[in-house]
Amino acid sequence: MTARFHLGIALDGAGWHPAAWREPDARPDELFDLAYWVDLVQIAESAGIDLVTFEDAFGLQSAGFGGVDDRRDEVRGRLDALLLATAIAPHTTRIGLVPTVTTTHTEPFHVGTATATLDYVSEGWGGWRVQVSGRAHEAAHVGRRSFLALDPAAVVAGTDPAQTALIEELFGEAADTVEVARRLWDSWEDHAVIRDVPTGRFLDRDKVHYIDFAGDSFTVKGPSITPRPPQGQPVVFALAHQKVPYELATAAADIVGITPKDDAHLGRILGELADAAKVVIRTAPEPLRVWSEAVVLIEDSREEAQAVLARLDAVHKATYTSDTVILADTAANVAAQLLAWQAAGLDGVRLRPARLPADLVRISTEVVPLLAAAGVLDRPADAATLRARLGLGVPENRYATPQPTANDLIGSARS
Amino acid sequence: MTLTSATTAPTRTERPIKQVHLAAHFPGVNNTTVWRDSNQASQIAFSSFRHFAQNAERGKFDFLFLAEGLRLREHKGLIHDLDVVGRPNTLAVLAGIAAVTEHIGLVGTLSTTFNEPYELARQLASLDQISLGRAGWNIVTTSDAFHGENFRRGAYLDRGDRYTRAEEFVEVARRLWDAWAPDAITADKATGEFLAADALGHVDHHGPQFDVTGFATLPRSPQGSPVIVQAGDSADGRDFASRTAEVIFSLHSGFEDGQAFYSDVKGRLAAVGRHRDSLKILPAATFILGDTEADARERSRETALLQVSPQTAIAFLEQVWGTDLGGYDPDGPLPDIDPVTSDEGVTRGRVRHGADPAVIAKGWRELAEAEGLSIRDLVIRFAAKHTFVGTPVQVAETINRYVQEDASDGFVIVGSTNPTGLDEFVDHVIPELQERGVYRTDYEPGATLRQTLGLPV
Ligand SMILES: Cc1cc2nc3c(=O)[nH]c(=O)nc-3n(C[C@H](O)[C@H](O)[C@H](O)COP(=O)(O)O)c2cc1C
Repeated sequence: MTARFHLGIALDGAGWHPAAWREPDARPDELFDLAYWVDLVQIAESAGIDLVTFEDAFGLQSAGFGGVDDRRDEVRGRLDALLLATAIAPHTTRIGLVPTVTTTHTEPFHVGTATATLDYVSEGWGGWRVQVSGRAHEAAHVGRRSFLALDPAAVVAGTDPAQTALIEELFGEAADTVEVARRLWDSWEDHAVIRDVPTGRFLDRDKVHYIDFAGDSFTVKGPSITPRPPQGQPVVFALAHQKVPYELATAAADIVGITPKDDAHLGRILGELADAAKVVIRTAPEPLRVWSEAVVLIEDSREEAQAVLARLDAVHKATYTSDTVILADTAANVAAQLLAWQAAGLDGVRLRPARLPADLVRISTEVVPLLAAAGVLDRPADAATLRARLGLGVPENRYATPQPTANDLIGSARS
Repeated sequence: MTLTSATTAPTRTERPIKQVHLAAHFPGVNNTTVWRDSNQASQIAFSSFRHFAQNAERGKFDFLFLAEGLRLREHKGLIHDLDVVGRPNTLAVLAGIAAVTEHIGLVGTLSTTFNEPYELARQLASLDQISLGRAGWNIVTTSDAFHGENFRRGAYLDRGDRYTRAEEFVEVARRLWDAWAPDAITADKATGEFLAADALGHVDHHGPQFDVTGFATLPRSPQGSPVIVQAGDSADGRDFASRTAEVIFSLHSGFEDGQAFYSDVKGRLAAVGRHRDSLKILPAATFILGDTEADARERSRETALLQVSPQTAIAFLEQVWGTDLGGYDPDGPLPDIDPVTSDEGVTRGRVRHGADPAVIAKGWRELAEAEGLSIRDLVIRFAAKHTFVGTPVQVAETINRYVQEDASDGFVIVGSTNPTGLDEFVDHVIPELQERGVYRTDYEPGATLRQTLGLPV
C-alpha cells in the first residue's frame, strides 16, 4: 500500500503571527474582502493541498482567555467562516473548504443545514471544524447563560472540578451537535425525490426521517429541510488538546488535529487517544484520522527563519507562543518533520502559515514538491469529493431502508 | 403610457414618473412550482441558484429573494409529499450566490424567533461584506410549536410577543452593525495601528427579550447595514413595517386592494417621521406570457392544471375542511359536508390566514355552484391564479400602471418553473419596461442594494 499523507492549511487573518499583517506583502486592509480569500485558497488549490480551514470564533479575537483586550496592534474582526467558505466555493473545484463553526451558542439545526449547503455549493468539498466557545465574554453575547472564565491551565491539569465540569458540558454539547448534524444529513435517503406524476407525489415520504434527538441542552425533531448533501456527510474536523476533547474527537470526528510539542509529547498524545477509544463509542462512520498541527515560517536557512521570527516578535513586543510546535526553518527541514510524522503513522498535517501569503506560497512551491518527491502525496486522481480525496468512504445512511437483494426477491417469490 | 402629460390633466398634481422595482423570487417549496415540467431542475443544486441569479441580474432586478421554512410541512400528520420539498440554508446559499453575481441584491428570509441577534447580525454583516453591500433581510416572526421542535427555544412564542421580540431583535442588530466606527480599520503597517483608537463601540443591551453585551466582530459594511424587508400582514405587522422596514413584500397584488394597502402603509409613515419613499411596497406576482392574449390565457390554464394536480386539489380543500376528503372526485362538485374546526388545522408549516373555515367553505360552495366549478377549478382559482396573463406589452403596461397609480412600487416576481421560469420575463417584459423609461437599463456601478432600491442612504 502506498503511504499516504494529507495536507491542510489553516487560514486566519494575515497569518498566525500577530505581527504578520505588517509584513510587506501582507494585505491587512483586505481581510474582509472575498477576493483576498479566494486568492489564498487558489494558491493552495493549485499546489495540490487537500483542504483549507478558516478560523472563527463567536466573539472578537483577544490575546487572552479572560475577555476582550484592548490591543490595537493586532488583527481584529473576522468574517463568519461558514459564509466565507461558501462564497469561496464557486471559485474552486478540488480543494476541501472547512470552516470553523462553534457549537456552544449556535442552533444545531442551523449548523446541520448550513454545513450541508456548503457541501452543495462546493459540490462535495465541504467540511466543518467543530469548536466550542468557552469564553465568558462570548456567552454574554447571547445572555442565555453565564460562564465561569475558562482557565486552560487548570483544564489541562484537571485540578479544578468546576473547570472540568465546564469543559465536559461544552464538549458534551458539541458532541450532541455533531450527532444532530450527522442525523440531519442522513435524514433524507437518496432518491427520496420521486416526481411521480400518476400519484401526484414529488416526494416519497417514507424516505425522509424524523431524527428525534433529545439531549441535555436541546431536542431536535427533524427531518432536515436540506436533502442529504453530496458527500453524504461533510468531513468533520476537531482540534483537541486533552482528555475531554480527545473523547469527543474519538467518538464523533473524521479527523482529529493534535498539537505535539515534540516526539515524546506526540507519543503521550497517541496514548491518550488510544485510551479515549477504550471509553467512548465511536459514532462516526470511518476510523479516526489523526493529523498533527504546526505553525510554519519558512526562509532559505534556519538562521534566517529564526531571525524573521525574532524580528516579528520584536515588532509585536512579545514572544509568539502557540498551542502547537512552531517550525521556523527551511522548507527541507519542515518537509523532513512532516515525513517523520508520516512515518510515525499520522495521516496528515494542518499547517498554520505564520505569514500570509508568504508562508503559504513557500509551503506550496517548496514543501509540497519535496513531499511529492518522497512519494507520500499519492491521491486518487479522479477524486470528485473531499471524502474521496482523503480516502474516506461515503457513509452509509443510518435511516436507509435496505433495498431487497436478488436473493430476497427470489425468497419472497417462493414463499 | 404614463400620467405625466400636464396638458391632458391640468387639475392633477404634477408627479414624476416612478421607476419600477422588481425582485426575483426563487421558486422553491410551494405548490405553484411545476415540478412535472421537463425544464424543471433541482431546487437544491447550486447550478439552479446560479442560473436563476445570473438571469435575474441580466434582467437588472433589484434583488433576488429566498423564502424560508424551518421544518418540512405536514398534512394530516404526515410529511406533505405533493409539493416541491427541500431547500438549502438561506444564508449559506446567498453567500454562494454572492460569489457568482455582481450587482443584484441578496435577500433572505430569516426568522427572529429561531435565531439570536448577535449571531444573525454577524452573519448578515458577513454577507453584506462578501457581497460588497448587497444584503437584505426579510424579517419574519414565524413561530409555532411545530417549527419550534427543531430549536433550542422550543415550542411557542405568543402572537403578540413575536413582534415585540422582532422589534428588539432589530434594535440590537442595528446597534451591532453600527458598533464599529466607519474608518475603524487603519491597518497602518508603519505605525502598527490596526484599529483606530475608540473605533469599537461596546454594545450593552438589556431589554425584556435580550441581554447582549460585547463587541461586534465586523467593520461596517459598504452598505452600513442590510436592507430590512418585512412580510407580515396583520396590524401589528404593518406597524412594525412602518417603523422598521425599507421594503414590504405584500400579498396585495390586486389593483384596488393594492392601492388600499399602499395608502394604508404609506400613510403610517408620517406619524413615525419617515418619508413616503423610504419604504417600497412590492406585492408578490406570477405571470404567464403569450404571443397573443388568447394564447396567454390558454397557457395559463395549462400551467394551472399542472400546478394543481388532482391530489393537490383535494389536499388544498382538506386544509379548509379540516378532514379527510380522499373519497371526493377532484373533477366533481365541492363537498356538501361542513368543515371540522380545530385549533391545529390539518396542515402544518404553512402561513395560515385565520378566517373561519365554515365561512370560507360556504363562500366557496356558493361560488362553485354559481359558476359551475369543480373542486379542481375552484382550487385553481385560489391557489394558482396568475397575477399577470397576456402579451409582454400587456404585462409591462399593467405593471407600470400599478406603479404609476400607487398600487405598488413594483413586484416580487415568481416564475412557475425552476430555475428557468424568469428567463422569458427577462427576455420579453423587461425590454418593454425599459422602452417606457420606467426601468433601469443598467445598474449603477458599485451601487449597494439600498442605492439600487432608491432608498435614502
Ligand atoms: C408575502 C408573504 C411571504 C411570507 N414568507 C414567509 C417565509 O418565507 N417564511 C416564513 O417563515 N414566513 C413567511 N411569511 C410569514 C410572515 O412573515 C409572518 O410571520 C406571518 O405572516 C405572521 O405575521 P402577521 O401576523 O403580521 O401576518 C410570509 C408572509 C407574507 C405575507
